Amino acid sequence: MLDSSLRDWVNLQSHQNINTCFTCAKCTAGCPVAFAMEFGPHRILQMVRFGMNDAALASRDIWLCAGCETCATRCPNDVDVAALMDALRQISLAKKSRNPARDIADFHRAYLLLIKLFGRMHEASLMILVKLITRDLLADMGAGVQLVLKGKIPIVPERIRGTGEVSRMLNAEKRNSREAFVIRNSQFGNQK
Amino acid sequence: MKFAYYPGCSLHATGLEYDQSTRAALCALDVELDELRDWNCCGASSAHALDANAAILLAARNLALAQRAHRDVIAPCAACFNRLKVAEHILKTDSTRRVEIERALDFYYADATQILNPIDLVVNHIGLPRVRAAVKNPLTDLRVVPHITQFDDPEHPRALDQLLSAIGAQPCEWADATHCCGGSLSLTRANIVIKLVDDLVAHARDVNAQAIVTACPLCQINLEMRQTRADKLPIVYFTELMGLAFGLKESRKWWGKHLINPRELVSRYQ
Repeated sequence: MLDSSLRDWVNLQSHQNINTCFTCAKCTAGCPVAFAMEFGPHRILQMVRFGMNDAALASRDIWLCAGCETCATRCPNDVDVAALMDALRQISLAKKSRNPARDIADFHRAYLLLIKLFGRMHEASLMILVKLITRDLLADMGAGVQLVLKGKIPIVPERIRGTGEVSRMLNAEKRNSREAFVIRNSQFGNQK
Repeated sequence: MKFAYYPGCSLHATGLEYDQSTRAALCALDVELDELRDWNCCGASSAHALDANAAILLAARNLALAQRAHRDVIAPCAACFNRLKVAEHILKTDSTRRVEIERALDFYYADATQILNPIDLVVNHIGLPRVRAAVKNPLTDLRVVPHITQFDDPEHPRALDQLLSAIGAQPCEWADATHCCGGSLSLTRANIVIKLVDDLVAHARDVNAQAIVTACPLCQINLEMRQTRADKLPIVYFTELMGLAFGLKESRKWWGKHLINPRELVSRYQ
């Protein structure tokens, strides 16, 4: 039987109905990073519709999406493909799916960690975390040094008074979604 | 005119010259900017990728701050602007989620705060006649291509072209005005961003542009850092060109902040 559980969850999470897609593939035609993808946005969408859940969640494509929203802008049926990609990323993390682009997920985690600590981005810290994630210590050193010398990467982070409030926003979601995902995981098991 | 100013994290760091030139150019048009107190990061690409709720709350907290300040917000960064607009859209159209957001942030959304990008502010609110009147050194014969400017029409933006014409520059037609630079992939998939940036720069050269004009701090740094050709194309903010055309002395301080110094290109207008 067709497993529609991922499709239903994606629709709920991204506040839309991806079933209106009639596969014109305009999203993939205009996607700036489609050239580096395995399937491209329109095929990822079809995979979700046809119950190929694990393949969609374990594709690098959902992490390569740069979020430019060209797809959503051009879709004749107003499918927000970028929001679909976001939903798939969140579900893939919660289900601990195989992730061939783990470093991109880790980059986003590092970014949010810094917002939790300071309430704002601190680029010098982000650079250090990126180096730990990619294990490429020398990448972009020249540009990095230049930016520091030009006073464009402050060494000391700006920390806002509302840091606690901001930090709670990011933690609350983790708690809520963990509960939701427990329910969802059991659904996935039953419908296989 | 007085506005709340939401610079965002980039304009306090790698987009420093965007911050300085926005303040200077708008000041020359009698716009007073009052930086939002205790603003937080909008979450950029990472929040909406990993955490749907927090992404909206992060942006909405800044809207709540602006509402408390009783001012419309100016958001120069394209990512901040986008995130604020998404939060505003949900607050305006989805009453269930609005109540959730209001409860989480302990405020009541009054729908009284406009979010404006400086391009929109200058072209549609201040008006181009006042811009023309402020020009002291028209940027005659400066061939430029405007990039990522979908603050009016997402597919065929015109506002930045009009603004550039008003300060005497010559905006060229090209197909890549709304083409993505790859955004935050720059740090994890540099090869993808290198291809996107090299294509953009090549297409700009195809129409003999002398610089790419941008309104986004992430596009700006990606376009500067990821060009691979030896002779590099300068990437400037539209606000820098406004400052230059308005004859503002502080514009001299901006060019040295760039990784690709556009001084040679702009010196004849100074």
